[in-house]
Amino acid sequence: MNKRGIVLYLHVHQPLRVRQYSVFDTAVNHDYFDEPIYETDRNNEQVLRKVADKSYRPMNALLEKLLAEHPEFKVSLSITGTFIEQAEKWAPDVLDSFKRLVATGRVEIVAETYYHSLAFFYSRTEFEHQVEAHRSKIRELFGVETKVFRNTELAYNDELAKWADGYGFKGILAEGWDPILEWRSPNHVYRPAGTENIALLLKNYRLSDDLAFRFSNKEWEQWPLTVDKYADWTNASIEHQPLINLFMDYETFGEHQWEDTGIFDFFGSFVGKWLQNPDNTFYTVSEAIETFEPVGEISMPNTVTWADNERDLSAWLGNSMQQEALRYIYSLEDDIMRTGDLELIADWRKLQTSDHVYYMCTKWFTDGDVHAYFSPYESPYDAFLYFINAVRDLRWRLHSHHKTGGLNG
Amino acid sequence: MLGWELPPHNSGGLGVACYHMSKALAIQGAKIDFVVPYTAAHPNIDFMTIHSATKLTPLERYGLGAYDSKTVLEKELSLADVNDLKDMRGVQKRYVQFVENFVKTHKPDAIHAHDWLTMEAGMRAKQLTDAPLIVHVHATEFDRCGSDSGNPLVHEIEYQGLMMADRILAVSNITKGIIIQKYGIPADKIEVVHNAIDVASFDDGYVYDQRTYRYLEALKQEGFTIVSTVTRFTVQKGLTHFIRAAARACEKYDKFAFLLAGDGEQRDELIALAADLGIADKVFFTGFVRGKQWRDAYSVSDVFVMSSVSEPFGLTALEAAHHDNALIISKQSGVGEVLHSIFRYDFWDIDRLADELVGIATSSALQQSLTVNVKQEYDRISWHDVARTCMRVYQTTTQGASS
Repeated sequence: MNKRGIVLYLHVHQPLRVRQYSVFDTAVNHDYFDEPIYETDRNNEQVLRKVADKSYRPMNALLEKLLAEHPEFKVSLSITGTFIEQAEKWAPDVLDSFKRLVATGRVEIVAETYYHSLAFFYSRTEFEHQVEAHRSKIRELFGVETKVFRNTELAYNDELAKWADGYGFKGILAEGWDPILEWRSPNHVYRPAGTENIALLLKNYRLSDDLAFRFSNKEWEQWPLTVDKYADWTNASIEHQPLINLFMDYETFGEHQWEDTGIFDFFGSFVGKWLQNPDNTFYTVSEAIETFEPVGEISMPNTVTWADNERDLSAWLGNSMQQEALRYIYSLEDDIMRTGDLELIADWRKLQTSDHVYYMCTKWFTDGDVHAYFSPYESPYDAFLYFINAVRDLRWRLHSHHKTGGLNG
Repeated sequence: MLGWELPPHNSGGLGVACYHMSKALAIQGAKIDFVVPYTAAHPNIDFMTIHSATKLTPLERYGLGAYDSKTVLEKELSLADVNDLKDMRGVQKRYVQFVENFVKTHKPDAIHAHDWLTMEAGMRAKQLTDAPLIVHVHATEFDRCGSDSGNPLVHEIEYQGLMMADRILAVSNITKGIIIQKYGIPADKIEVVHNAIDVASFDDGYVYDQRTYRYLEALKQEGFTIVSTVTRFTVQKGLTHFIRAAARACEKYDKFAFLLAGDGEQRDELIALAADLGIADKVFFTGFVRGKQWRDAYSVSDVFVMSSVSEPFGLTALEAAHHDNALIISKQSGVGEVLHSIFRYDFWDIDRLADELVGIATSSALQQSLTVNVKQEYDRISWHDVARTCMRVYQTTTQGASS
């Protein structure tokens, strides 16, 4: 009889934010990501150093301690290429601590697109380039092979599962969204519709979001969340079931929920409390898939994400500015790739990071609920303006250095 | 209610605001005696009683110069000649005398005075009747002159009025900030009441027929983007920065035409500046516009810019939004506080404005998003909300005064 276990999966990511890149920079400067003012949330170095202090350093220290104290504690991480590049420059010690975690053999790295992009929905070739780039970066840095895939924003559909199956991944992650699951529980392993060898793990969004979104919310009727209360919930949720998939942003710990909310102490105590019960354990994503057989098939013909009440891509593709921005970016693919200009290709890919179009989201903005909207820009329109100026500069570089493409405005 | 103008005899936004506010107040049961400093017919106003403080025609009163204080010399009211109706101070003295007599027979429950022009009459009425004084600030002298200078006498009147007021209504947080910082009034005495727009007043059968600005329509057919502003050409409005930004934008994209609708003492300077910058053929001056010409200026335009150095509110931005314009509004304009789907910039930041202009002109998605989304926002505040706040303020100040 296998133990029942928590699958804790944390997503580590920082985008390369575009500076206030104006039309007067276009065709003159190509430093889209180098905000000159340090004290702003558009300055990537400033943000990375800040989040390293608030989240990456204390959380990695806590994870190391928990791994040392509890032989059964395990965790899975996905770490984007854009994060790794920035950490190499501004917080190499943070990367070293991630390496120590992976070296324990109880921390698994999950595969994804290097640039945290939505390329799957625009270009299969470009998408596979980015998956490969990520795998080789992980191999180079940590000396491990990735086996389980997660797409940006957990954006998932049957098509993606078939691709991952064919590509050789043995597992894939998605949101455990009620309208899809209906009467079924997210606490089992499933088989994606139309696949042969791949298993599907579904996020238990209630228990995940209790930590990721609600933990410090004083309006929440369950605030403050105590270890005992959360242990009761997890035990109740998992009765006669094998798994609880807690999927969330790594930055939940220390950045979304600040240290003074007690999130670190809470988490450390909870792990101890959970493991006090000899029936309980932790699994990495691969172990969960190896340990338990799929109990049934799940089909998601339409794309489901882990975002908002809609659980769709509307925060990234919901308005015409976002659609136009991504259409412009991906229409450059052939011309950009033909140049073989590594710097140009890298800049083009950095502009594919999904955060850029997220900053252009207007769906909360017109409701006046501007606080629901997390962005380093004054408005979605500003975000679009700077981005589109950078896209024009890409076109200009293509045109003037490589004599390809048109300027098209 | 003590005001300086009402439509159709208004030279700007103050009269429009007073009209809609009074109308909404009347619907909520307020009985209003509204004093104006001239004599004229107000054909569309039957919801309140209008009293004329002088026999001047509205036109003669315009000769005094809108609400400007430049013609007001350093004249204490006691020294002003009530018989000299060519002098602003003379008219104001008459206005005060009229109000003094009026309140002897019609004791008000509350006195609602708009801007410095009527503050002295408001203070006098409060002295005579003990009714609470509510001072409504649409603009201060600091806004009108666009700097820290300005007429010391007007500053003094504003200071006294704000001190004497039982409650102050400010049209934006920007204005509230000025009242706190420049006049040292405690913040808790001031309430922000953003102006609203009465969308129904636009439903008068107006149809845009593309005839008024035919040349601009022809340019639009050729793919030009029409950028407009509708305003008085005074320093407060920041138009020299606007013209410079226009020239800067044309360096990057030349299919622009700029429509400057309005008039004012800066007009010649602006024409000369456009010529100096080599964009004279792209800048169109209409002179003062009313009625159809005024609405057509909004209708022909794609982008509306409010470039003010200091704008307490800025109703024209809401009017432009109603006529399907994308809005670019300086951070120094109060109307920006009630809108989200707009571009903002510091009035001096010429490159930023130029960048925003080029961005809109070269991306239909951006232009469409701004235009469509701001239309879901611009009428969120209604004059009924403003009237509700006024009624509450009348009631609380009246109770405060009697206890």
